Amino acid sequence: MAGSLSDMRNGVGRVGSVLLIGGSSEIGVATIETLDPSDRVILAGRPSGELDAAAQRLGSVEAAVETVNFDALAIDDHAGILESVFDRGDIDVVIVAAGVLGDQAAFDEDPRAGIEMTRVTFTGAASAALHSARHLRRQGHGHLVILSSVAADRPRPANYIYGSAKAGLDSLGRGLSHALAGTGVDVTVIRPGFVRTRMTRGLAEAPLSTDPEVVAAITAKAIRRRQRIAYAPAPLRAVMGVIKVLPEPIFRRLPLS
Amino acid sequence: MTTQLLTGWGRSTRSAADVRLVDDPDDIVEIIRSAPERGILPRGNGRSYGDAAQNAGGIVLDLTALDHVEIDGRSVTVGAGVHLDSLIDTLLRHGLFVPVTPGTSQVTIAGLVAADVHGKNHHVDGSWGHHVTSLDLIDGTGRTRTLTPKGPDSHLFWATIAGMGLTGVITSITFTALEVPSPQMSVTTTPVRELPELMERMRAADDTAHYSVAWVDSVGLTGPLGRGILSTAEHAEADPRRARHASPAAESGRRRPPSMPKGMPGGLMSSLSVGAFNEMWWRYSGRPRRDHRESVRSYFHPLDGVAEWNRIYGPAGMVQYQFVVPDEAGELIGTTLQRLKDAQAPSFLTVLKRFGPGNDAPLSFPMPGWTLALDLPAGNPRLPAALADLDALVSEAGGRHYLAKDAHVSPAAIRRGYPDLSRWQSTRRELDPQGVFDSDLARRLQLIGDVPDDHLAHGR
Repeated sequence: MAGSLSDMRNGVGRVGSVLLIGGSSEIGVATIETLDPSDRVILAGRPSGELDAAAQRLGSVEAAVETVNFDALAIDDHAGILESVFDRGDIDVVIVAAGVLGDQAAFDEDPRAGIEMTRVTFTGAASAALHSARHLRRQGHGHLVILSSVAADRPRPANYIYGSAKAGLDSLGRGLSHALAGTGVDVTVIRPGFVRTRMTRGLAEAPLSTDPEVVAAITAKAIRRRQRIAYAPAPLRAVMGVIKVLPEPIFRRLPLS
Repeated sequence: MTTQLLTGWGRSTRSAADVRLVDDPDDIVEIIRSAPERGILPRGNGRSYGDAAQNAGGIVLDLTALDHVEIDGRSVTVGAGVHLDSLIDTLLRHGLFVPVTPGTSQVTIAGLVAADVHGKNHHVDGSWGHHVTSLDLIDGTGRTRTLTPKGPDSHLFWATIAGMGLTGVITSITFTALEVPSPQMSVTTTPVRELPELMERMRAADDTAHYSVAWVDSVGLTGPLGRGILSTAEHAEADPRRARHASPAAESGRRRPPSMPKGMPGGLMSSLSVGAFNEMWWRYSGRPRRDHRESVRSYFHPLDGVAEWNRIYGPAGMVQYQFVVPDEAGELIGTTLQRLKDAQAPSFLTVLKRFGPGNDAPLSFPMPGWTLALDLPAGNPRLPAALADLDALVSEAGGRHYLAKDAHVSPAAIRRGYPDLSRWQSTRRELDPQGVFDSDLARRLQLIGDVPDDHLAHGR
């Protein structure tokens, strides 16, 4: 309350503070660069060279950047970690970007590994989103960004376990958006297509492939406009609109796997 | 508990709070003693343009039920929630007028005092703080104090004037009203084709006009940028021909205004439409007129003629950018218009005014010089950078920004503009040692500053 030293999002859309869950996410870091927060950036992730590199890369933003030890799998720790982050000041934007893609072929051989992936991509991310939502509602303002995927729209053989985890998270985000109406908290679900990042390195690019910076620009705009769902790149909205309603026999003949 | 989404008049900031309608000071004391986690803030009629009257996640007090009015000669005592609109009618029936009125009547008197609002007569009469003789404040410990501008507790009074509701809850205000001969104004309108000449005429009007203000063309479609319309006015003598028929309320020009429809789309405020609007204003409002009789409402509160006019800015809302700079930095007026035009972010409605001396309130906005107010569509992506440049120029010129309008400046700019902020902070702690009062504006601009360690445990 009184004395909390934190900026708030201002009247021309400038953001004060951002919390990135999945602190080394390239899309998340690019989004923070685009938002250029004025006060405070918290990168929550497992200590790693990548997390340090992400903090380094954000040296150019006006805000002070810090890292917090956060393991998506350690869901029992989430409440305490997020409590201490919010205790030090209001957060304007929380980006939930924790997730791993994994190798579908390996999961087909070792289902346990596939389920382990969903424990990060769905369970861990959902836990972080729910704890954050509770704090945002309490502070009476703020924006929660859930990084979903077009894979959530329609499952295909190449990544259906990842897709099912993202579909669960996507549902959670849309449900939260509805549940938080009137609380001053907005929720945006971002559905990127194929994004060229560490996570997808070595994979064959899909049509409408894009870069983290494009997803970042779309996310920043969606936050400003309080959009509930945004696709990146934008034309995917129309493409997925068609793909979602294609009859299964036709869908199966598409060269998507 | 009723959670409500609150915004400022600009509709560009938004947060949720638990809004409590209180009609009994004892209830206010009880709420203060409950020490809610995210604090308490009184709110008037929500006409601050930015986030000054919001308290995200906390309690917001609606004081409109504190509406008593007592008139004793020129001394007027009102409840915090009294509406300026109805007070003007009441006063006119007694041959009186408020000492200072802003450009809208849709405000509460406590709101006027908490923002130390000025009017078109600042160069003569100062702001609201100059006219308040006493006020009752419930402080952060729940104690009711009667504060006056002089004496041992005067610093508490002046911290509350322009204190943005952060020193406590004002419940009652006594001020000195102005005697007026009629409910009408005698207005002289002069179109001026160049900004330097407009400013020269405004300086001259400091000594001759009771009220003086200029509309400024922020686009200059068919003439120079910064051409303007100077309007000066005096309270008109009673007109014996009319006195018998009309009631003061009717003569003051009160009527129920039409309302701007809900759900106006974004994008109505393009460079093109803003240019056309400014051109229209120049052509139709700029007819030269001398000693023209007008109602107080049409002179002081022309925009009240369309209720909810802020909706025209669409979903992104608007910000009003208002700053003051000393006389020697007067060239910043022209620079500002040019920069915003270059950035394709011209102002819809632009008003230029002279300020006289300020007062003892550390957070009071007016100081001698020029004040420019610009209405800017908040959705314009070029706006943040353009305003950041202007903020730096204003700071360098020794100027400052108006907290009641602000929605974007940085904590650093406020510290430069208000060098007495730390003095205000320590006085504020005297009134609110536990840190009970808070607002979105205070959080964004870090107005309240560090709370001593021994209070942090309580505060969180």
